Amino acid sequence: MAITFKLNGKSQSVDVSPEMPLLWVLRDTLNMTGTKFGCGMALCGACTVHINGEATRSCVTPVSSVAGKSVTTIEGLSPDASHPLQQAWIEEDVPQCGYCQSGQIMSAAALLAKKPKPTDADIDDAMQGNICRCGTYQRIRKAIHRAADSHAGAAKEKAATR
Amino acid sequence: MIEVANVTRRGFLQGMLSAGAFVLTVQVFPETLIASASAAGENSFAAAAFHSGVYLAIETDGTVHIIAHRSEMGNGSKTSLPLVLADELDADWKRVKLQQADADEKYGSQDTDGSHSVRDFFEPMRQAGATARLMLVRAAAQRWNVPEKECHADLHRIVHTPSGKKLGYGELASAAAALPVPKKEELQYKPKTAWRYIGKGAKTYDLRNMVSGKALYGQDARIDGMLYAAIAHPPVLGGTVKSLDDKDALAFPGVKQTHTIDTFKAPHAFQALGGVAVLADSTWAAFQGRKKLKIEWALGAHGVFTSDAYKKQLQETARKPGKVFRNNGDVDAVFAKGGKIIEAEYYAPLLAHASMEPPAAAAEFADGKVTVWACTQNPQGVQEAIAGTLGIKKEDVTCHVTLQGGAFGRKSFPDFAVEAAVLSKKTGKPVKVVWSREDDIKFDSYHSVAAMYMKATLGPDGKPEAWLQRSVFPPINSTFIPGTVNSEPFEMSLGFTDVAFALANHRVENGAAEAHVRIGWLRSVANIYHAFAIHSFADELAHAAGKDPLEYVLSLLGPARIMDRKELPADYPNQEADYKDYPIDIGRMRHVLELAAEKAAWGKKHLPKGHGMGLAVHRSFLTYVATVVHVEVTKDGELIIHQVDTAVDAGQIVNPITVQQQFEGAAVFGTSLARTGEITATNGVIDQSNFNDYPVARINEAPRATHVHIVPSDAPPAGIGEPGVPPFAPALYNAIFAATGKRHRELPLTRVQLV
Repeated sequence: MAITFKLNGKSQSVDVSPEMPLLWVLRDTLNMTGTKFGCGMALCGACTVHINGEATRSCVTPVSSVAGKSVTTIEGLSPDASHPLQQAWIEEDVPQCGYCQSGQIMSAAALLAKKPKPTDADIDDAMQGNICRCGTYQRIRKAIHRAADSHAGAAKEKAATR
Repeated sequence: MIEVANVTRRGFLQGMLSAGAFVLTVQVFPETLIASASAAGENSFAAAAFHSGVYLAIETDGTVHIIAHRSEMGNGSKTSLPLVLADELDADWKRVKLQQADADEKYGSQDTDGSHSVRDFFEPMRQAGATARLMLVRAAAQRWNVPEKECHADLHRIVHTPSGKKLGYGELASAAAALPVPKKEELQYKPKTAWRYIGKGAKTYDLRNMVSGKALYGQDARIDGMLYAAIAHPPVLGGTVKSLDDKDALAFPGVKQTHTIDTFKAPHAFQALGGVAVLADSTWAAFQGRKKLKIEWALGAHGVFTSDAYKKQLQETARKPGKVFRNNGDVDAVFAKGGKIIEAEYYAPLLAHASMEPPAAAAEFADGKVTVWACTQNPQGVQEAIAGTLGIKKEDVTCHVTLQGGAFGRKSFPDFAVEAAVLSKKTGKPVKVVWSREDDIKFDSYHSVAAMYMKATLGPDGKPEAWLQRSVFPPINSTFIPGTVNSEPFEMSLGFTDVAFALANHRVENGAAEAHVRIGWLRSVANIYHAFAIHSFADELAHAAGKDPLEYVLSLLGPARIMDRKELPADYPNQEADYKDYPIDIGRMRHVLELAAEKAAWGKKHLPKGHGMGLAVHRSFLTYVATVVHVEVTKDGELIIHQVDTAVDAGQIVNPITVQQQFEGAAVFGTSLARTGEITATNGVIDQSNFNDYPVARINEAPRATHVHIVPSDAPPAGIGEPGVPPFAPALYNAIFAATGKRHRELPLTRVQLV
C-alpha cells in the first residue's frame, strides 16, 4: 500500500514495505543519495533528515511513521547551496571527505531553528550524535556560529528595511 | 624521467571535447622505455606501458580540463595536484574543470596511500603546466608574428608585452595543438614569487557538492536494473560454508537470489573473503534477508585467536631478544655495567578504520568484461583483483573511481569490488554490494596489534648511555605471504629504526607474531604504536632524570645536523625517497618541537591542578611534526583535551587549507584511537560491531581547539595525510602523566583508570 508524505515541500507516494527505514526509501527507491548511510543504528547521524522540523535519524525511522508528515533532506535545504549553514560550511572549509556533512548540516539546521544564537555547549549537545571520522568538529562549531551570525545579521537587515 | 607529448583527443574525455581542443599528455617514463619510445616515434607514447600520464586539455572556449588520477578521500590530492599544474600553466582556477581518472596503468601508481601524492607528482604537474604554457606562448607569437620572448602568460591569456595585445587560451588552443612539444630544456618554470596557487591553496574542488548532498561516493553508485547485495562473511578469517539454509531469506519480500562466494585461497591479499550473498531489490531487503540465513560455518585455523591470550604472547615475545634491525655501538656491554636501568612495556591493540562510508561497489559483468564503480584508494588493484578472480584480462576491467567517504587505508583493499563483480557474473545482472557498519568493523583489514619493550640506562647527566627497543606485531606481509611472522624493513622503518635521537649505543629488534586477521594499513601504519612507545619512553626518561621533557627531548635529539645515513640500517627504505633529498634533518626536528612548545606556551603557562601538558616530536612520511597536548583530568576522571598545538614542516606545501585540515583531523583521529580505539577477538570472532562498542571521538570529546603551525619551507614536498597521527597519542599520554602523576602504557584509555 502506498505511503504518502511531503518530501522537500512536494507530495511523495511510495509503494514499499512499511517497515523499510526512510533512509533506504530515499536512497534506493527515490535515488536521493544526499542522505547517507553510516551505521544503521542511529549512532552516527549521517542519515539525519528533518521530520516536521525535528532532526531525525532516517536509518531507524520506518517509512510508515512519516505518513502524512513533512520530510526535509539535504536536497531540500536549499536548491543552490545558499542556506546560511551551507554557505558557512563553504566559507569555513568544513568538509574533508564530505560524507557525513549532509547529516551534520541537517542537525545544525534543526539546532539553529530552535536556538538562533547557540553557545558552544548548545552546539556540543546538539551535534554529538553526528560523527565525523575526518575530525572536522572545530570547523563545524565555527561554521554554526558563523551561520548564526549571518542569520542574525540578515534578520536585522530585514527588520531595518521594513 | 618525464616526457611530454601532444596527443589526439581519442581516449581522453571522449566525447566531451570539441574539435580544435588542445590535449597534452605528460608521461613519466622509466629510463628503459625512453629509447624505444623515441625511436619508434611519438605515437608509441600511448602504447608504452608502465608510464604514468597526467592529462591536460584546453577547450576552444578556454575551459581547462585536468585529470585527477589519485583518489580523493578527504586527503585533498584531487585538488592539490591539478592546482600545481594550473599554477604553472597560469590558468584561471575558476575556469578549470577536474575529471577523476579511471584505473589505468598509464598513470603509474594510483594507489593513494603512504602520503606521497604531492611528493611524487609535484614535478610532473609543473612540467605539464609549463609545457602547455610555452606552446600557448609560441602559438600567440606566430599569430602576431613577433618574437616568442616578447610574449608572456597572464592568467589564462597570452600577452604581447610591448604592445599589450592579448589572446585567450581558448583562442590559441587549436594553434597550440598543432605545434611540436618543446623539450624539457626549453621550459622555464615560474619563479616562486609568481606562484598564484602553490602555497596559497584553494577550496576543495567538490566542496559545493559536498554541502548540497550532490557529491557521489561508492555507496551512491547506481546501475540501472541492479540488485543490492549484502554478504554474510565467514565469522573467522578463512572460514568456509559447511551448510546453508536460505529458505527464510528467500521468502523475505524483495529478496531475489542467494549465492555463495568462495572463500579465498591463501594468500588472501586483495581477494574477497567469501561467504553467502543475499541479493534483493533494495539494500534494506538484502540486509533483512541476510539476517534470515541459516549458515553453519567451518571456522578454520584462526578460531584459536583470543585477544587476551594473544596479548600475553606478544608481551612475552617482546621480553626476549628478537631479530635485529638496527644496531649501533654495543648495548649489551653498557647494560652489563649496571647503573640506572629503566625498562618499560607498551601495548597497542588492533584498530578498525571505521571510515564514515562503509565499503561499497557496483559492478556489471557483460561479454566477458567488467565495469565497476568503487570507492577505492587503489583503482588498479581493483582491476587486478577482479581480473584475477574472474580469470579475465586486467584491461577488460573498467574501474570508475568515486569519491570516498573516508578511507584511511581500508579502501586500498579491493575485496568489496571483487564481490560485486563476482555476483554480477553469477546473477547476470548489475550488482551493488553494500557493506554495513557491522561488516566494516568485523571484517576489516585491521591495523596491527603490537607490544613494545624498551630499556635504557641513564648516565650521570641523565642521558641514555644505552637504548634498546623491541616491537612485536603481526606484520602486514602476513596478508600477502602466508606464515610471515616478522616485519619487513618497511614497517620497522615507521617510527622505529628511524628514531632520530643521538644514541651511541642503540639496538632495534623485532619479535615474531602470527596473524589471525587481515592486517592492513591504517593512517600512519606502524608509526602509531612505535611512536607511542618511543615518545612515552622518552618522557619517562626525562622524569627519571629529573628534567623538563622539552629540554630533555631536545638533548636526546642533539645538535642540529643531518643524520649520517650510516647511522641507519643499510636497508632503511626512507619511504622510497632518496636520502640525499629527504634526509633525517635534526635541525628541522628541533625546530618543529621548539615551535610547537613556544605556541603552546610550554613551561610559561600557569596550569591549574588537574591540568598538564605533554609533547612528542616525530618524523613520518618525510614530514616533521611536533605536537603539544594540554589536558585536564577532572576529579571524576573525565578527560578534557583543551588545546593541541601541532607544528608541521612538510617541505613545500601546495594547499595550506588541506594541511590545516589534515592536522586538525589527525588530532581527532589520534583522540579516537587513544581514548577508545580497540578491536578484540574471541575464538577468532571480532567482538565489536558498530559505533556503540567501537566508539570514535565525537564533537564533545575531541580536542577543544587544535592549532596547526606550518613551517614555511623550500624543501621538497613531503607527506600531509598521515604524519599528524603518530605524535598525538604519546603527547596525550604524557600530558595525562603531567596532570595526574600516573603513567599509562597501554592504548586505549578505556583500559586504564585515569584517577
